[in-house]
Amino acid sequence: MEKTRKHSRHSFRSNTLPAVVMTGPMTLLLILLVAVPLIYVGVMSFCSIDQYYNVVFQFTTKNYARLVSLDYMKIYGQSLLIAFVTTVICILIGYPFSWLIARTKSKYKKILYMLVIVPFWTNSLIRVYGWRTFLGTNGWLNTALQFLHLTDGPLNFLYNRGTTILGMVYCLLPFMILPLYTSIEKLDQSLLEASADLGAKKAATFVEVVLPLTAGGIFSGSIMIFIPCLGYFFISDILGGGNSDVIGNLIERQFQSGNNWPLGAALSIVLIVITLILVKLYQRMGGSMENLGV
Amino acid sequence: MKRKKRERNRKRLSALFCALVYLFLFLPISVIVVNSMNATTSKPYLSWKGFTLDWYVKLFDNSSLLQSFGNTMVIAIVSTLLATVIGTLGAVGMYRYKFKGKALLDGLLYIPVVIPEIVLGISLLTIFALVDIPRGMLTLILAHVTFCVPYVIFNVRARLAGYDSSIEEASLDLGANRIRTFFEITLPVLAPGIAGGALLAFTLSIDDVIISYFVNGQTKTFPLKVMESIKSGVAPDVNALSTLILLGTIVLVVLTQSDLLKIKKKVKR
Repeated sequence: MEKTRKHSRHSFRSNTLPAVVMTGPMTLLLILLVAVPLIYVGVMSFCSIDQYYNVVFQFTTKNYARLVSLDYMKIYGQSLLIAFVTTVICILIGYPFSWLIARTKSKYKKILYMLVIVPFWTNSLIRVYGWRTFLGTNGWLNTALQFLHLTDGPLNFLYNRGTTILGMVYCLLPFMILPLYTSIEKLDQSLLEASADLGAKKAATFVEVVLPLTAGGIFSGSIMIFIPCLGYFFISDILGGGNSDVIGNLIERQFQSGNNWPLGAALSIVLIVITLILVKLYQRMGGSMENLGV
Repeated sequence: MKRKKRERNRKRLSALFCALVYLFLFLPISVIVVNSMNATTSKPYLSWKGFTLDWYVKLFDNSSLLQSFGNTMVIAIVSTLLATVIGTLGAVGMYRYKFKGKALLDGLLYIPVVIPEIVLGISLLTIFALVDIPRGMLTLILAHVTFCVPYVIFNVRARLAGYDSSIEEASLDLGANRIRTFFEITLPVLAPGIAGGALLAFTLSIDDVIISYFVNGQTKTFPLKVMESIKSGVAPDVNALSTLILLGTIVLVVLTQSDLLKIKKKVKR
């Protein structure tokens, strides 16, 4: 009796004040700095500019008409191709690598895992620039090749689609390794043994048991790689040299040198739509949103 | 015998593969470290002119570089603190109370995580321009808090999933008020999640390039200083500072990690 009385006493107090105090700041932030800005980008994509490149609130669909120009279409295609190839390479390298370090019996396992994260502690721009130094005409690779008399003059490795993809893989590979490491480590060894006991070959066990259980890691890793690839303009700037622009480069140009914000806003809407489609696809395949955060 | 040999070859191949992946991950970092000790003084600082440690001294004379690093640290500390407070309160509030629009709020949380950073960057730029907030420290902090809060919330939420709220009821039953219960019961239980979230927020903030690039105005952060210097070639003092930052982080992590190992050993005994 005593307990119910006390219990009803504090559930009697209003919950409104604590709820507002706790979720208020977060709600305000998400509305003012996420929802409203994105809606405003949507509005701006239908705005015009005057001769001084100021945004004027005058309805037009001109910006969207410009999106379907052939030059832009080529870059969307190229951007999607770069993102796709990057994702596939990250799966092909990341899967066996995560498998090996997640299942090693080495006492250095924890260190091996930490070594994947260490590169993140150096600024990503300067690391990408490090690749440029390495691959450049006076770079380490060319110097080594000429020293070994494998080539006569410097070779041009830089400034093509391949080097942009290399930079993307470099920056994003850990996003494939980390979720895969988690899902492979959780894998129950006895399931693999059971499958082998029941006569399944190694390949069959992999396809029927291992792959379905680790698919979640592949899917979330792919989302966390594919989408940023479309926007990472600085990688194609530094390593692609203007020959392998992604959608992010188009947006960046309109907001900086090009100074046509409404057109940039319309281009951003393209990126938002692609993101929404991919996330829906990811959910349809059974991916959980919670796996994307960490 | 044959099987044993095959097994050994397979192991060697696996080790080689892993070594190649690590080589790939660390190659550009070794370029940075080596170039920080290059005696060259002419742009673009690529040709090797001999070994020197001068840049590690000279970098302390480069006031604009130090200024940018200072800005990065101030922004990272302030936005981590704000994001941690807002995120922790928000995660507990969302967990505890039902209210209208909660599902919508939950959906909004995922936007900064999945959307390409450039879209978040330009959307913040347009809104700051619309309400005419001068671009600088304030807008940088606001932007960093925005993309850090969801990560704090996800980390705290993961901790809340295994949380037994009856201990809070017990605290209230024993006469503690809500605020005392929050500080003495709820917070200690959530501490690991909060710490994880704060660490992630800090890491994201110091490394951010894209979002800062759009909202910075005249204020330079360290990554933006790097971006600026890329056009003319990254100077060895920038490489030296990067090397120092990397070393500092490694020391910090080794210290905290070995601490963890010690605790584990004690428990075992």
